[in-house]
Amino acid sequence: MNLITAFVGIPFAGMLFFPFLKVKGKGMLTLLLLTVNIILSGYLAVQSLLGTPFSTTLPGSYVTGAIPIRIDALSGWFILIINLIFLTGAIYGYSYLKAYKKRNNSLTLHSIAFLLQHTSIISICGIQNSLVFLIAWEILALSSFFLIIFEHENPVTIKAGINYLIQAHFSIVFLMIGFLWVLNKTGSYDFQAITTYSASLPGMASLVLFLCFFVAFALKAGFVPFHTWLPYAHPAAPSHISGMMSGVIIKIGIFGILRMLLIVKTDYLTAGYILLVISVISGLYGVMLAIIQHNLKKLLAYHSIENIGIIGIGIGLGCIGIGTGNQVLTTLGFAGALLHTLNHGLFKSLLFYAAGNVYQATHTMEIEKLGGLVKRMPQTTLLFLIASISICGIPPFNGFISEFILYTGLYNWLSGGNLFSMLAAIFSTVGLAAIGGLAMLCFTKAFGIIFLGNERSPLPPTCREVPFVQLIPTYLLAAVILLIGLFPMLFIRLLSMPVGLFTGGTMWTNNPLQDGVFEVLQPISLAVWLLVLLVALIFGLRSYFRSRSRVSTASTWGCGYVAPTVKQQYTAGSFVRTFGKLFAPVLLVEKEETTVKGIFPNEAGYKTHSYDKVEKNLIDRILKLNKNFMGRFIFLNNGRLQFYILYGIVFIVTVLGIPVLYRYVVSFIELLKLL
Amino acid sequence: MLSVTLILLAALFFTGIIIRTKSLASGRKGPGIMQPIRDVLRLFRKGTVYSETTSFVFQLAPTVYFASVVMAMLVVPFGQSKGVLSFNGDFIFFAYVLALGKFFSIIAALDTGSSFEGMGASREALYSMFAEPAFFILMGSLALLSGHTSFQEIFASLHIGSQISYAMAALATFVLLMIAMIENSRMPIDDPKTHLELTMVHEVMILDNSGFDLGLILTAGYLKFALYGALIVNLFIGVIPYQYAISAFFGIQFLMAVAIGLIESFMARFRMSHNPQFIVVLTSVSLLIFFGVLLILQKFI
Repeated sequence: MNLITAFVGIPFAGMLFFPFLKVKGKGMLTLLLLTVNIILSGYLAVQSLLGTPFSTTLPGSYVTGAIPIRIDALSGWFILIINLIFLTGAIYGYSYLKAYKKRNNSLTLHSIAFLLQHTSIISICGIQNSLVFLIAWEILALSSFFLIIFEHENPVTIKAGINYLIQAHFSIVFLMIGFLWVLNKTGSYDFQAITTYSASLPGMASLVLFLCFFVAFALKAGFVPFHTWLPYAHPAAPSHISGMMSGVIIKIGIFGILRMLLIVKTDYLTAGYILLVISVISGLYGVMLAIIQHNLKKLLAYHSIENIGIIGIGIGLGCIGIGTGNQVLTTLGFAGALLHTLNHGLFKSLLFYAAGNVYQATHTMEIEKLGGLVKRMPQTTLLFLIASISICGIPPFNGFISEFILYTGLYNWLSGGNLFSMLAAIFSTVGLAAIGGLAMLCFTKAFGIIFLGNERSPLPPTCREVPFVQLIPTYLLAAVILLIGLFPMLFIRLLSMPVGLFTGGTMWTNNPLQDGVFEVLQPISLAVWLLVLLVALIFGLRSYFRSRSRVSTASTWGCGYVAPTVKQQYTAGSFVRTFGKLFAPVLLVEKEETTVKGIFPNEAGYKTHSYDKVEKNLIDRILKLNKNFMGRFIFLNNGRLQFYILYGIVFIVTVLGIPVLYRYVVSFIELLKLL
Repeated sequence: MLSVTLILLAALFFTGIIIRTKSLASGRKGPGIMQPIRDVLRLFRKGTVYSETTSFVFQLAPTVYFASVVMAMLVVPFGQSKGVLSFNGDFIFFAYVLALGKFFSIIAALDTGSSFEGMGASREALYSMFAEPAFFILMGSLALLSGHTSFQEIFASLHIGSQISYAMAALATFVLLMIAMIENSRMPIDDPKTHLELTMVHEVMILDNSGFDLGLILTAGYLKFALYGALIVNLFIGVIPYQYAISAFFGIQFLMAVAIGLIESFMARFRMSHNPQFIVVLTSVSLLIFFGVLLILQKFI
């Protein structure tokens, strides 16, 4: 009880001080308050993960009713992920924002929004009262908006921010529909009412209720086709915010879906199939678009969509497991999804932080303009490499572990069941394998073009490694990535409680994770260790042989041509050109080409610009229709103040008049009925 | 352990046999069968030249590539006898650990800043992406058929009896052989002996490697061949006693090497732009295998 008061009170009390502090003080205070709150919430989270869920009821007010707060193992797992990423994000941001020292006021807003974001997102994990949940959800949306538009003088940033804000509110609309539906029938805000109510519903209706919540949370998580805000918001935000948004804010959507799966009793089998289809499409579509992006942050943003798809595959498998009563499948699906949530949080925020380092050093995010950064920023290069390998799901890092669990789940599902489920399983497997292959294409491109080779355009002379303080959080993330890769069992044990929630309340007595489902991870861990040792051994051998022979340097082999310019290097565009041609029906790439003509040719050029087909058909078309329709009423918007005041009065009178008119409307309807 | 020994032995001769076949087919006498191994041993002792453009990635890549192939070799079984490592889902590890090596060889090619090597890297990334689903469908089908999810258990319980399973074994051999061709950058996909850098895939990626590093890459290539050969052999030797199985192993490896030599002697490489289509066909063929398994299990009514 007191813990919660302190948790909510601390950031609000801190806010009073922010306007009066100097830039450095703001940073320190944010870090300090955040740390306190991380410890407070982390304490509860660890407790719940170890088997003592926290539960209390705040008295609330007349409007909200009692506010139940329940932190179970699922909340605990997410709170720990959020805290880890927020901590690294805050340390990184503290150093990253030093470049913006002069913008004192923006920094005040930024610090406040940062703390509010943390408070609201943690609250979302615990609150089980739908009205208060909505309030926290709204605070999260607004604070994220303010964090995104930090560089608000840039029109692109503002546009991205507003795009996010609007879509975030679409999510709230769907949440409200779901909550109001239940409220209307049960009269209670408590989430437990949803459980009892949905259990009484017929299968179809409860599925609609679940899908209502699903759409709301999918908008936050960025499942295709609800993803269109994401590739704008991530690049527009400062790097630590992009890292955190991609790392945890979109994961709160995943949390929401998982929470709703726990409290809405629905037709899990159908829900699982729907989730699986959407997830496979999200994964494939996300990575396909990521490949053709020329802006690093946008590439990473599309990659988040892909990883949300992978997490979704796990959730879908888990649902199907519940639906068919297959405990092993449920365990594998949800464990894979939860572990991948953590994994993606780790490597994606690491990638964004590394991208932030690149941006600070070079002032550009255009992949085609970069190159050869390994010589200027060796540490950032190494960190980006580690994250790239792990995001492709390749051993010895963490991405492999969660994808391995998902594959195991898929093959488990394949081995039993009917024709339909077998086909679904094999196509999901194809999807997951293709996602892995495409991710490799994407990240060899991103890493190879940005960090390797020669500089493709002149870099600023100040381009060098960022200060060490800024590298600390990135090393921390890299260490956890490696830790999960080498000791997966440690983390799997932590997962036993949250997964137990899904496999049915027997988590105290009958731990599903000890039934041998994850025994397979022991040899995996051994194999990964062997791999690391083998690399070390061969590298040692190589050093020995090299010390006994002559080592010299020369220029790169250019088929005998010894004076190549940097422009002759392979570019990102050419690296993925064949891919672009093969997948042309899915992609939308505009080309501008000036070809060489005549005996004395002019300058030639080639430009490509990619766009999102889903966005074009789903968002732009509707916006255009809306604009056309609204255009009919433009005469109302005549720019005269008198008219606007008149509109205001008309509105107020109408609103006040509704109760009066209501009686007449009712009696009119009665009259109609009589007729 | 048995499988590792056998693969190592096969790797010693495999590339030599291919080269010898090609020489004989073109009317030359050709080098001895052990010549590739002698080349590698020479390379291990030779000095190294590095490009000025390269970084630590280029230094590390050949080692990782080699280690990844060795790791993949450790999980391959031989009929009833397990690989050094054997666990449920080891074929997933097999595919992904090979992907690690590929990842490094691709970025090492980009590290040189050469447009030729970039070209090769781009193709390698694309082709391996297309080949991956075929492998996973194939292994999924076999897992479904045998009810197990580790290489050794799958192969040990695979017995080819009915007519459908003959067809399936043939298709599976085809898929594995073609994946081996893609992975090793051999003929219909890539021509290792072309004279023009523009038309290579794998060879162009290692243009700047020399000395010990080149030796590692070549050795890894030999091992990879024997590795996939062993997988193909495994399709057939599930229940056969060792004395026959081992001779079958060498027989099939020999046949495979000769076949590759003959293909390379009498066939032209596909056009680069047709390669992806060809590789996607593999996915379809492996889907056929999957449907075959469904037929055997009588899942179709």
